[in-house]
Amino acid sequence: MDAQTIIARRVARELRSGDLVNLGIGIPTLVANYVPADLKVFFQSENGLIGTGPIPEQGMAHPTLTDAGGRPISALPGASTFDSAMSFGLIRGGHVDVTVLGGLQVDAEGHLANWMIPGKMVPGMGGAMDLVSGAKRVIVAMQHAAKGKSKIVPRCSLPLTSVRPVNLVVTDMAVIGFPDGRATLLETAPGVGIGEVMAVTEAELVVPDNVPEMRI
Amino acid sequence: MKAVSVEEAVAMIPAGASVMVGGFMGVGTPERLLDEVTRQRKSGLSLICNDAATPGKGVGKLFDAALVARLTATHIGLNPKAQQQMLANQIDVDLVPQGTFVERIRAGGCGLGGVLTPTGVGTLVAEGKRQIEVDGRPFLLETALRAQFALVHAFLADYLGNLSYALTSRNFNPIMAMAADTVIVTAEHIVPVGVIAPDHVVTPAPLVDYLITNG
Repeated sequence: MDAQTIIARRVARELRSGDLVNLGIGIPTLVANYVPADLKVFFQSENGLIGTGPIPEQGMAHPTLTDAGGRPISALPGASTFDSAMSFGLIRGGHVDVTVLGGLQVDAEGHLANWMIPGKMVPGMGGAMDLVSGAKRVIVAMQHAAKGKSKIVPRCSLPLTSVRPVNLVVTDMAVIGFPDGRATLLETAPGVGIGEVMAVTEAELVVPDNVPEMRI
Repeated sequence: MKAVSVEEAVAMIPAGASVMVGGFMGVGTPERLLDEVTRQRKSGLSLICNDAATPGKGVGKLFDAALVARLTATHIGLNPKAQQQMLANQIDVDLVPQGTFVERIRAGGCGLGGVLTPTGVGTLVAEGKRQIEVDGRPFLLETALRAQFALVHAFLADYLGNLSYALTSRNFNPIMAMAADTVIVTAEHIVPVGVIAPDHVVTPAPLVDYLITNG
């Protein structure tokens, strides 16, 4: 199983029936593929839709039914549409139960940086800052390391997305939580040892006595 | 509301004007108005739009034609031309969190001086802004945003100017229709009064100044 699939499958297990969920672009988008059919989850697209469905079949796309990247999507029975003030009222107002976002860095206290690399990549924050500030639970879905460099760092060197810490980080190697505000190793990926995780993690990790294997 | 041709409507916009444009990645954008703005070469615009769309689409056309001097937006990462113009200092870009962007415009249209939001506290976005505590929680004071013109796209407009929108093309359109001195609208369909039921009118007719005639 590739890294992205491991991450997406593990994150999907965090969702509960009735949750209103906002998925960011990249790995987070894949999470929707692994939600069990009997779980009634509402997916929000921040351009104004609750109840996003799969990508329409060839020739069935409608120009006014799109995701936040402007790509065609479908709407499930029971979907609703609304303007951007409502959409971000839902996000900032604590009505979104879970948001899953990509990350560039997460630090030892759970702070996320995911919107710019000064001098290199300045695309704008879009809805990321509101999502991290307002969603009830924030889950970061990202590779553990990029080009051999840990993305879990003692302190973010990149500009923060929010001062509100995230709740959970799911990588291809581990699940990390922040009880008492300290990065804690909660699970390891199948076939990955605690030592391996520690070796590629730059931030100090609290390691409890029992660290179960990720169930995916 | 006055019904006008797209040429007449755009002729009212002076070079250097502040212009809000509805749409999200070019979805729900008044393409005919933007084509005409480009044809009449209205330059030095101060553009307020969620994003820069993509080259050739929506407000992307304004960057193709280098008509933008200032941009207030939330995300421009999918338009390489807008990125290049920003990095070359040809346009002055103010990047705003999307929830803050829409609330600033809503405030501008509703007679408010601004809003207090937790979004951006303690980040680069907070630089130069007042932080205000309410019940022990910190908020940023984000001031209202208005423009001289709002260019809005609706699904249905009736002969009076009542508007309704379709699916995800609604986005910023009804909010911007309240926040500009002059509101210019294109619609997919212009229909008799009564076709849009009162409960389904999203933007009431008195907010619309000009409706672009079809054909």
